[in-house]
Amino acid sequence: MKFDLILRVGTKMILPFILLFAIYVHFHGDYGPGGGFQAGVILAAGIILYAMVFGLDAARRIAPQGLVELLVPTGVAVFAAAGLPGMFKDFRYLDYGVYGHDFLHAHEWGILIVETGVIITVFSTMVAIFYAFADRGRG
Amino acid sequence: MSQLTPLIDHFNYFTTIFLMVAGLYIVIARGNMIKKLVGLGLFQTSVYLLYLTPGKIVEGTAPIIDPRFQVYSNPLPHVLILTAIVVGVATLALGLALVVRISEEYGTIEEDEIFARGEDE
Amino acid sequence: MIRLSEHLPIIQVLVPLFGAILTAFARRGTTAWAIAATASVLAPFVSAAMLWTVFETGRPISYVMGSWAAPWGIEYRVDLLNGFVLLLVSVIGVATISYARKSVAAEIDAHKQAWFYTMYLLCLTGLLGIAVTGDAFNAFVFLEVSSLATYVLIGLGRHRRALLAAYQYLIMGTIGATFYIIGVGLLYVVTGTLNFADLADRLGPAMDTQARPILAALAFMTVGICLKLALFPLHAWLPNAYAYAPSFATAFLAGTATKVAVYLLMRIFFSVFAIAIPASALPVTEVIVILSVAAMFIASFSAIFEENAKRMLAYSSVAQIGYITLGIGLANQLGLSASLIHVFNHALMKTALFFALGAIVYRTGLVNISQLSGIGRRMPLTIAAFVVAGLGIIGVPGTAGFISKWYLAMAAIDKGWWWMVFLIVASSLLAVVYVGKFIEVAYFREPGPDVAEAHEPPISMLLPLLALAFATVYFGIDTRLTTSVAEAAASALLGGAR
Repeated sequence: MKFDLILRVGTKMILPFILLFAIYVHFHGDYGPGGGFQAGVILAAGIILYAMVFGLDAARRIAPQGLVELLVPTGVAVFAAAGLPGMFKDFRYLDYGVYGHDFLHAHEWGILIVETGVIITVFSTMVAIFYAFADRGRG
Repeated sequence: MSQLTPLIDHFNYFTTIFLMVAGLYIVIARGNMIKKLVGLGLFQTSVYLLYLTPGKIVEGTAPIIDPRFQVYSNPLPHVLILTAIVVGVATLALGLALVVRISEEYGTIEEDEIFARGEDE
Repeated sequence: MIRLSEHLPIIQVLVPLFGAILTAFARRGTTAWAIAATASVLAPFVSAAMLWTVFETGRPISYVMGSWAAPWGIEYRVDLLNGFVLLLVSVIGVATISYARKSVAAEIDAHKQAWFYTMYLLCLTGLLGIAVTGDAFNAFVFLEVSSLATYVLIGLGRHRRALLAAYQYLIMGTIGATFYIIGVGLLYVVTGTLNFADLADRLGPAMDTQARPILAALAFMTVGICLKLALFPLHAWLPNAYAYAPSFATAFLAGTATKVAVYLLMRIFFSVFAIAIPASALPVTEVIVILSVAAMFIASFSAIFEENAKRMLAYSSVAQIGYITLGIGLANQLGLSASLIHVFNHALMKTALFFALGAIVYRTGLVNISQLSGIGRRMPLTIAAFVVAGLGIIGVPGTAGFISKWYLAMAAIDKGWWWMVFLIVASSLLAVVYVGKFIEVAYFREPGPDVAEAHEPPISMLLPLLALAFATVYFGIDTRLTTSVAEAAASALLGGAR
C-alpha cells in the first residue's frame, strides 16, 4: 500500500489516538470497566495497523521482534511478582494489602501493577503472533 | 402464548444448548481442520453463555460500589468467563498455528486427504 | 521475614512458574535446562514437606489466595491424597529433567530448546496446580495451562505426524476440558460456589430440589476428565500423542498427566459427589468398571499387535489406566488404595520404560520392534532396566506392579466379585505377551545391522532410568510408604473427612 495516500495519512493521524486510548483504558481499569487486557489488544491493534499500512519492516523498527518476544515473559513476571511482596509481610500470595495503608488504596495499587503485567503480555503476545504469521509464505 | 413462556424464560439456556450441540457436531462431522476449530470455538462460546446467564440480576448494575445503586450483578461469573475466554483464545491460537504448520508440511488441511496417504514412518 | 512453612502450597506452584518465566528469558538450551533443573529439584522438597506435615498432624493444609476467605476466594488445600500426587509428579519431574538434557539436545533444534523447557515447566506448573487447588474452576485453568503446554511439547516432535497428533489431542483435550467446565458451571448455577469442600456441603440440600442439573454435571465432569485420563474408549488421542512426541515429553507425560487427571476424578467423585448424592442416583461407577475392563483387554490386544514400540507402550498405558479406574469403579477402601498405589507404581514403571525407549532412540533412532533385534547385547543395562519395569507392568511378584494388582484383586474379592480376579490375571497375561515380544527380539536374536553401532546411553540418561527400575523393585518389597499413605488417603476419601 505504498502509494495509498489517504490510508497513510489517515493512519498517521489516527495512530496517536489509538495509543492514547489504550493508555486511558489501561489506567481506567483498576476502578471501572477497562483494564490491561483490552488495553493490550488496542495497543497491539495500533502496531498491527501500522504494519499493514507501512509494511512489516517499518513495524519491526518501532517494535523490534526480539523486544516483543522478551516482553511476553516480562508481563507474566510482573503479574506473578506482584503477589510476592505480601508474602514477606505476613500477607498471603496475591494479597495487595502490602501496597498501601488502607485496604482500598493498597488494592488499587495492586490491581494497577497486575494490569501493567497484563497489558505488557497481551500486547506483546498479539504482536508476536502477528509477526510469526505475517511473513510466512513469502520465502 | 402460555406454552411459549418456558421457552422465553429459558431463552439463554436454549441458545446455550443449541450452540453447544452445533459446535460439537461441527467438530465431529467436518474433516477440514479450520472448520473443526470453528466448531470448537462455538462449543467453548456456549459455555461462556451458560456461566453469564445466572450472573445477570434484573435491574442490577456493574458491581462498582456507588451510593446511587443498590442492586449489583454478580461479578464472579464474568471474572471466570474472562479467564475462560483467555484460555479459549490461547487454544484457538495454538490450534491455528498447528494447522499452519500441518499445511506447510502436508500441503493440505483436509484430514481424510492426510490419512489417505497412510504413511506410518 | 518470609515464613516458608506457611506458604508451602503456593510455593509449590510458584517454583515451576517462575522457572518457566526465567527459561523464557534464556536464549540458550543449557541455561534453560539449568533453570528447569533447579526448579524441578526444589519441587519435591516442597511437596514432601507438605505431605509430611499432613501425615503428622492429620489435618489438611489450607491456604487462601490473596487472603480472600475460602468459599469466595481460591483456596489451596493439601490433604493426604493430593500431597501424595504432588510428591509423585514432582519426583517424576526430577527424574525426567536429569534425563532431559541429552535427550532434548538430540531431538529438538537448538533455538527451540529454551522454549521447550518453558513449556515443560508450564506443564509442571499446571499439573501441580491441579493437584494443589481446592477450587473447581482454578483446577480447570491449571488443566488448560498444562494441556496447552502439552500440545506444544507433542507438536515439537521430530516427525511431521507429531503435528497431527498434537492437533488431534488439542481437539480432544479441549472438548474434555470444556465438558468438565460445563459440569462445573451447572454446579455453580445450582450452588453458587466453586470450592470443592463447600460444594460437597451444599450439593446435598440442593439435591432435593434440583437433582437433574446436578446429575448432568456429574455426567459432564466424568466424561470430560475421562477424556483427559484416556479411559477407553476416549483414549484415541493417546497412542499417537505418545508415539510422536519427543522422548522426554513422552516419558514425562506418561508418568504425570494422566495420573493428575485420575486424581481429579477421585476428588470429584469422592470429595464432592459421594458425600452429597446417593451412589444409586447415577450408575457412574458401574459404567467405569465396564469400560476399565474393556480397556484392560482391548488396549492390551492393541499393544500386542503394535509394531512401533512407543505406540505399544502407549496402548499399554491405556490398559494400565484401566486398572487404575477399575479401583475407582469398585469404590471401596481397598479399591481406592489399589488405584492410588497403581497411580504411583505405574508412573514409576511407565516412565522407566519410556526412558529406556528414549535411550534406544537416542543411540539408534529406531522405534520399530523388528529392527531392534539383539539390542539387549548392545545396551545391556538399558534393556535390563526395561525388563525390570516390564515385569512390573505384568505384575510379577517382587515388583511394584504386583502390589497394586494384589490390592486390586483384594478389592474385587472384598466386593464379592471373584470373577474379576480372573479378569485381572488374564489381562496381566496379555501384558506378558507384549513385554515378552520385546524381550524376545532384544535378547534372543542376533544383533542386526541397524543396532551394530549402539551402546549404552550417556550417564545422565542411564542414571534416572536405573533409579526408576530400582524403585520398581524397591516399592515391590518395601511397601510402607505407598500402602500406608494410599490406605490413609482412601479412608479419608471414603469417610468424607476433608
